[in-house]
Amino acid sequence: MRTSLKLMTVLFAIALIGCGGKEEKKKESFSYEKKTPKTETTTKKEEAVPASKKVDLTNKGVGPITSVTLDAEINQAMADQGSEIYKKMCTACHRVDKKFIGPAPTGILERRTPEWVMNMILAPEKMVKEDPLAKELLMEFNGSPMANQNLTEEEARAVLEYFRTLK
Amino acid sequence: MGLMVAALAFTSCNNSTQTSDKGALGSSAAEKVYVAPGEHDSHYAFMSGGYSGNLTVYGLPSGRMFKEIPVFSQFPTNGYGYSEETKPMLETSYGFVPWDDAHHPDISQTNGELDGRWIFINGNNTPRIARISLKTFETEEIIEVPNSAGNHSSSFITENTEYVVAGTRFSVPVPQRDMSIKDYKGNFKGALTFITVDPEHGHMDIKFQVLMPGFNYDLSHPGRGKSHGWFFFTTYNTEEANSLLEVNASQNDKDFIAAINWKKIEEYVNNGGGTMMPTEYAHNIHSDETHTATSTMKKEVRVVNPADVPGAVYLLPTPKSPHGCDVDPSGEYIVGNGKLSANLTVHSFTKMLDAIENKKFDGDAYGIPVLNFEDVLAGSVEQPGLGPLHTEFDGQGNAYTTFFISSEVVKWKLGTWEVLDRKPTYYSVGHLTIPGGNSRKPFGKYMFAMNKITKDRYLPTGPEMEHSAQLYDISGDKMELLYDFPTHGEPHYAASIPAEIIKDKSEKFFKLTENQHPRKALSDADTKVVRDGKNVHVYMTMIRSHFSPDNIEGVKVGDKVFFHITNLEQDFDVPHGFAMIGANNAELLIMPGQTRTLTWEPKKVGVWPFYCTDFCSALHQEMQGYIRVSPADSNIELSWSLGE
Repeated sequence: MRTSLKLMTVLFAIALIGCGGKEEKKKESFSYEKKTPKTETTTKKEEAVPASKKVDLTNKGVGPITSVTLDAEINQAMADQGSEIYKKMCTACHRVDKKFIGPAPTGILERRTPEWVMNMILAPEKMVKEDPLAKELLMEFNGSPMANQNLTEEEARAVLEYFRTLK
Repeated sequence: MGLMVAALAFTSCNNSTQTSDKGALGSSAAEKVYVAPGEHDSHYAFMSGGYSGNLTVYGLPSGRMFKEIPVFSQFPTNGYGYSEETKPMLETSYGFVPWDDAHHPDISQTNGELDGRWIFINGNNTPRIARISLKTFETEEIIEVPNSAGNHSSSFITENTEYVVAGTRFSVPVPQRDMSIKDYKGNFKGALTFITVDPEHGHMDIKFQVLMPGFNYDLSHPGRGKSHGWFFFTTYNTEEANSLLEVNASQNDKDFIAAINWKKIEEYVNNGGGTMMPTEYAHNIHSDETHTATSTMKKEVRVVNPADVPGAVYLLPTPKSPHGCDVDPSGEYIVGNGKLSANLTVHSFTKMLDAIENKKFDGDAYGIPVLNFEDVLAGSVEQPGLGPLHTEFDGQGNAYTTFFISSEVVKWKLGTWEVLDRKPTYYSVGHLTIPGGNSRKPFGKYMFAMNKITKDRYLPTGPEMEHSAQLYDISGDKMELLYDFPTHGEPHYAASIPAEIIKDKSEKFFKLTENQHPRKALSDADTKVVRDGKNVHVYMTMIRSHFSPDNIEGVKVGDKVFFHITNLEQDFDVPHGFAMIGANNAELLIMPGQTRTLTWEPKKVGVWPFYCTDFCSALHQEMQGYIRVSPADSNIELSWSLGE
């Protein structure tokens, strides 16, 4: 008798859980509206600027690059080389002047330090773990990770020079 | 009831504690095979897959399987043998043969020591030799062996990888012709094939075939050190029986070990010796630059009649139906593992040379001199066990022989021939492997036995069980059984090597800048869809986490769609998959920087999805696309897009 009572209780509990789950699902499908998340994000936006719009010209990021000196004049030969590398290695996810999978590089140096840009290219895994801005960016761009394309420092520097030409 | 359950729980707890105490603390075996999470094994072991046709990669001492490398068999896991680039690898003179029976892996050597550049393995059924890169762990080349049938005494490497050698198990008419089977004796031939290996690229080329008498050539090994330049083959069926061999090929008291002076034959051939015989055999090479294999049909092969090269071939009488033919690290001793013999026979290379010099012959077989058994015998291990098959060496003057019938490994001493130790195997051991155990420099810490019968060693899995292997510590005087682990397919032999020789050279990805595939797409700008009659070529890219293009329209029923997909990732361990609904071949697994092609023939009108099969990122489930398939007579133009 006792065992059967216990069994009954367990079954009852399971039944309850099962019922609860169903109810939740129903709610989800009923309450699902495209507008709801939008309003949520706008309220968030009111509180904080999205990472892609934030300006931080002191943060050098985390990675192999600690200091980059930019000459006053753009080195056009290096920028051309950077443009080629960008075309081959980056266009799968980046468009020059619009948001695609990732953000557009145009104007990036008005928001980020050159070191931060190169570290993002050379050590994206480390950046999204350890750099607060990169972490936020990952979330802003749907959790789509920036691929490490294994550029050399020299290649990443050339891409940076190319970015200087994008205005 | 409750009491009984409690009691049961108690008992089982007690039991398990006791057993693990015995296992772990009693012998510290557990400690010796334990590789902590994140730690690496000390050795690689490459096991042949037997009827799987492939090669599996294990770690020692953990017994963990790391990879299955497709070699002779189609492999839907990654599309090998299905993708357009890899299909040519399985071409033969018999047409497309997508399976085989893979037997004896052997690692390339320099100065008689394992150099870890390539591993070779033989396809036994449709005679072939494959070369696998130990940088990419992928099959790079397969060469077919003509005039051979049952490519069993293969694929063993000379001490500077000058040759990979392939001997035929079955003798056959050479060239093949319509004749009565009963006329076998005296008419069939056994081809022993010497294939050169290019020292830079590893490319294989058949230099010559020695057409031997119609015996069965069972196993072989190269001479090394003092015997470098010679090759030794065991034979059985010297009776030349063509039926009921289990009786008729066990008549002679002794069969032979054939000793081939390949340097002498090489010299003869270099001076124009031998004859070119018309034949057909496929030579297939995969390139890491074009990511594509090509198959070439060769039309002739150089054959050598041993009677035409005096002093090149001798026969060493060896009791009875010897199986394994193993040469010790010094190159002095040649062990003939006579399957049906009570004793283990060991020949001396020095004595053999002496007998040859003094022309102490005991007749000849088809013009090949037969030496006297007593003149070449170094010694025998008296009654060590039943059914000896294979011997390996530890580099400390000891040999280890497997005994199939008595199911054990026996350790004995070279020179004194005394038995030092014996340990049972579970059950019916075939081959055994000591890392480097068939080279000048064995790494004698571990030995593992590959068994033919598993029975009760693991949880039962129906009538078919994976074969068991046992790992032994051989660093002490006595062998110590450490661990049992299942293998995949039926390993006939394994080659094993210290991890540090190869692990740092392992490729992490293919460089896009080196990709020479004719239909690659290296960036978004290269992606396109091109119609060529009924053929539609899709030049596609993939990167975390999308395909480009991912919407395609204008494909029609009756078209043949070729997806040429390039993985744009340039990072370690980021392959992407490609699966198309209704594809009648396989999926693809495409390595970073690689291009692969899948063919799809749409049969139904509709909108059909494709997706990535390899969980690649948090947005893997989003990595998908659609193809619109219109009726055959539709006039919808081809169009393609991404993100529009």
